[in-house]
Amino acid sequence: MSGKSIDQQLIFELSRPGRRASAQAPKALPQQALANIPATLRRKQKPGLPEVSELQVVRHYTNLSTRNFAIDKQFYPLGSCTMKYNPRGANRAAMLPGFLGRHPLAPESHSQGFLACMYELQEFLKDVTGMQGVSLTPMAGAQGEFAGVAMIRAYHEARQDDGRTEILIPEAAHGTNPATAVMCGYKVREVPVNRDGDVDLEALKAACGPQTAGLMMTNPSTCGVFERQIDAIAKTVHGAGGLLYYDGANLNAILGKVRPGDMGFDVIHMNLHKTFATPHGGGGPGSGPVGVSERLKPFLPTPIVGKDGEQYRWLDTDDLPQSIGHLSAFMGNAGVLLRAYFYARVLGREGMIRVGEYSTLAANYLLKRLQAIGCTAAYPERRASHEFLLTFASEARELGVTAMDIAKRLLDYNQHAPTTYFPLLVPECFLIEPTETETKETLDEFIDAMEKILAEARENPEMLKGAPYTQPVRRLDDVKAARELDLVWKAPR
Amino acid sequence: MPYIPHTEDDVQAMLAAIGADSIEDLFDEIPAHLKAGQLKALPEGLSEMEATALMAARARQDAGALCFIGAGAYEHHIPAAVWEIATRGEFYTAYTPYQAEASQGTLQTIYEYQTLMARLTGMDASNASVYDGASGLSEAVLMALRANRKSKSRRVLVPRSVNPRYRQATDAICSNQDVELVEVVFDAASGLTTPAALAAHAGDDFAALVIQQPNFFGGLEDVHALTDWAHANNMLVIAVVNPTSLALLTPPGEWGEQGADIVVGEGQPLGVPLSSGGPYFGFMCCRQQYIRQMPGRIIGRTVDLEGKPGFTLTLQAREQHIRRSKATSNICTNQGLAMTAATIYASLLGPDGLEAVAAHCHANTRTLVAKLTAIDGVSEVFSAPVFHEAVLRLPRPAAEVLAALAEKNILGGYDLGRDYPELADCVLVCATETRVESDLQAYAKALQEVLA
Ligand SMILES: Cc1ncc(COP(=O)(O)O)c(C=O)c1O
Repeated sequence: MSGKSIDQQLIFELSRPGRRASAQAPKALPQQALANIPATLRRKQKPGLPEVSELQVVRHYTNLSTRNFAIDKQFYPLGSCTMKYNPRGANRAAMLPGFLGRHPLAPESHSQGFLACMYELQEFLKDVTGMQGVSLTPMAGAQGEFAGVAMIRAYHEARQDDGRTEILIPEAAHGTNPATAVMCGYKVREVPVNRDGDVDLEALKAACGPQTAGLMMTNPSTCGVFERQIDAIAKTVHGAGGLLYYDGANLNAILGKVRPGDMGFDVIHMNLHKTFATPHGGGGPGSGPVGVSERLKPFLPTPIVGKDGEQYRWLDTDDLPQSIGHLSAFMGNAGVLLRAYFYARVLGREGMIRVGEYSTLAANYLLKRLQAIGCTAAYPERRASHEFLLTFASEARELGVTAMDIAKRLLDYNQHAPTTYFPLLVPECFLIEPTETETKETLDEFIDAMEKILAEARENPEMLKGAPYTQPVRRLDDVKAARELDLVWKAPR
Repeated sequence: MPYIPHTEDDVQAMLAAIGADSIEDLFDEIPAHLKAGQLKALPEGLSEMEATALMAARARQDAGALCFIGAGAYEHHIPAAVWEIATRGEFYTAYTPYQAEASQGTLQTIYEYQTLMARLTGMDASNASVYDGASGLSEAVLMALRANRKSKSRRVLVPRSVNPRYRQATDAICSNQDVELVEVVFDAASGLTTPAALAAHAGDDFAALVIQQPNFFGGLEDVHALTDWAHANNMLVIAVVNPTSLALLTPPGEWGEQGADIVVGEGQPLGVPLSSGGPYFGFMCCRQQYIRQMPGRIIGRTVDLEGKPGFTLTLQAREQHIRRSKATSNICTNQGLAMTAATIYASLLGPDGLEAVAAHCHANTRTLVAKLTAIDGVSEVFSAPVFHEAVLRLPRPAAEVLAALAEKNILGGYDLGRDYPELADCVLVCATETRVESDLQAYAKALQEVLA
C-alpha cells in the first residue's frame, strides 16, 4: 500500500498500552468495590478501546473532520435533503445546561420550560401544515412515515374496514415510502408517473379500490415539480376509502405558501432536519414529527404535550387509548426539536413564508441558467419547485460521461454534488436543491463549475472518469468494499 | 430576512434570468384555491438575542434538581472535548456520506465506531446506529425473524425484566408485521429471569429470546444459562446491554457456549447528554453470518483507484434506497452525530477510564442503597447483585413519596408502579459517578424527612 499520512491512521493505531487521558475519568477504585459482582459475569479481558492522550483524541478527530464537505464549508445542493444553513444560535440554545441536563423522566413540575417549547412547536407545526394534531416523537423522516402509515392502519382497523391491504406509491417516491409500507404490514403497488412529472391519474384510478389503504406522496414531488392534479388525486383516493399520506421531505418548497392540510392530506410527516434547518450531523439525528387531520387524532404516537390552564403536561396512552403507542424509549429527538423551535421563533410568521419563496426563486434561477449553458432539464416545460431534475442521458450516450463522473468532478471544483440517480425513473439524473440561504454569487460559482465540466466532458471525457483528483482519496472501489468485507479493524499480528 | 441573503438587486437579476415578473409568478402551477392564508399561531420573528433569552429562561426553569433517575438514561460526566469536536461544522453540517471521497472524515469515524462497538460487545460487526435503544430492539426482533432459519415462528420471548419502554416500542413497531412478544415472568425474590420460568416455553417455536443485562431492575441475569437455554431451543439470542457496564461485565459475544447473536442497546451513556430523551443513538452489533440481515448504514474499508485505503458505505443492497419494499428496514437518517460523540468519548476514556466510570456507578449505587435502606420502612426488594440501579420498597406509595422529594428538588427515582402493578410502592434508583457523597447524603436526609 502507498504511504499513509499521519491523519489517515486509525485511533486504534495511535494506541499504546498504559496511556490514559486520566483527567477524563474518575480515579480507579480498588477491586473490592466490585466484590458484589459475581466473577462469572465479569469480563475476562479489557475491551480493546484506544489508549491515547486527550491531545491525540482532539487532534485525530479535528483532522478527520477536515476531510469532510459540509454546509459550513461548501455549497451542498443535495436534492430532497434541504441542506440549508444550520443556525449556530439554535445549537447554542439547545445546548443550554438546563435543557441538556433534564432527565427524560423528570416530573412535570421540573419540566415546564421544556414542555412550553414543545407545546408551542406543536402549535406552530399545526399552523404551517394546516393539520389538526401533531406528535413530535418520530426520530426521523422514515419513523414519521412509519407513524403515519401505522395510523392509517389503526384507523381502518378501528372501523373494522379490514380488506385494505395495499398502499399506493408513485414510482418517483423515496425508498423509505415503500419500505415503510412493508414495515406496517402492507403490500406496495407503484403508480406510474407521466412524462411531465405528474402522477398518471388514469393509472391511479385503475389501481384504487376496496383494497386501497392509502396513497403516500410527496408534493412537490421528488421530480422537483408541483403535482397539479392534487385535487383529483385526493378525490380519487378518498373516493375509494383510502387515506392520503404526505411525505413532507419537500415541505421547504411550499412552506407558508400551501398547506398540506388544505390539499386534502390526512396525515403528514415533516423533516425538521431539512425544512427547519436542524443539522444532518453526517447522517443524523433528524426529527420527523407527524401531523394529522381530525379523524386520525386519536391514533397519534405518544407522548404529546398538552396544557391544563397554565400547566403543561404529557398526554400518554391513558389520555389517548387508541394511540399507536411509543416508537422510542422517551419523547423523540428533543435536542433537534429545540433547534427547530429556535428557528421557528427567529423566522416567525413572515420568515416562514419567505422560505418557500426564496428557495423556489433560487431553484428556478439555477435551472434556467444551467439550461442556458447546455444542461438538459428532465421537465423543461415545468416550473421548478425548490428543486429540479437534470438528466445527462445524452452525455452518457454520446460522450460516455455519466452523472456519476460529473458529480465526482464537481468535488474538484469545491462543490458538493447534487443527489445522483434519484428518482430512479429519470436516467443519469441530478436532483438539485440550492435552498434559500445561498447567495446568488454561490449559485453562479456552481454554474461556472458546471460549464467548465461540460466543456471537459466534450474535450477530455477520460479525465472525468478519473475524478475526483483533489480529495483525500480518489474514486473508491465499492465492489471490493462489498466483496471483501472489512467492517471492523483488526490489529495486524 | 433571517438567514436569507438576497438583496433587492439579486432578486431582480434572478427574476430577469428566469423571465418572471415576481416571485409570486413562480407559484403559478399551484391551483389558486390551495394558496395558504395567514399563519395564525406563529408570532412575529425574534432576533437571535431575543430567542436565546427566551429559551435560556425556559432552560433555567427546569434546572437545578439532584437526579437519581436512571431507567434507561444515565447522567455521566462528558469530557469537554466530546461536544466541542462533535459540533465542529464539518461534522455537524455534513449529510449522510453518499459522496465518499468528500466524506472520509465521517466515514472513518464510523469505521472506528464500528470497531469499538464490536470490541465492547465482543461481536463481529456493527452498523452505524439506529434511532435509540428501544427502536433498536424492534429492529433486532425483526432481524432475528429474518435470520433464524430454524424457526418458522413470528413469536419472540421477552422477559418482563426487560425495560418496559423497550417492550412497548417494540410491540408498537413489530405488531404491524404480526410479531408477537411473549412475556416471561421474573422471579419475585431475585428479580431475575430464571431457567424455571423459561422451562414453561421449552420446545415451543420462538425466533429469539431477548436478554437484558443488567435488566431493568439493575439486576445481573445469569446470561450464560439463558443464552445456552435459548440456543438449545433453536432460538437466537438478542442481547440488550448498557455500554458502560461492558467495561466490567462479560461481553455478549462471550455469553454461554456460543455467545449472543444480535446485540442492541442505548448508546446514550457514552458521552451523550440526558437532553430530555434525545438525540441518543441505538447501537446494533451482530455475528458475521447475519450481517446481510442487519438494518441501517454500514461502512467498509476499501481502496481507491491508486490503491490507497479509504472508507465507503457498503452492503447497500440491504437498504431502502436500493431495495425499496424489500429492504431490511425503512431507516435512512440515523443518529450519526451522537454516534460521533460516543466515538470521541470512548477514545478519551479508554478501557481503564470506562471501567473506572462503571466501578464508581456501581459503588455509588451500593452506597446509596445502604444509606436509604437504613431508613425505617425502606428495603431493597430483590436479592440479585446489581450493576448501577436497584429497586427499593417504600412504606408509602412511590408516586406520593417521589412528588414530595421533587418539592425538595430531589428526583428520587423511577416509579415502578407505572409498569408493574405489583411494585406500586417501589422505586428504581440510580447513582452514577456524577453523584458525590454529599448528594447521597442529601437524598437520605430528604427521604427521612418525607417519610417521617
Ligand atoms: C422524499 C424523502 N422522503 C423521506 C425521506 C426520509 O427521511 P429520513 O432520512 O429523515 O428518514 C427523505 C430523506 O432522506 C426524502 O428525501
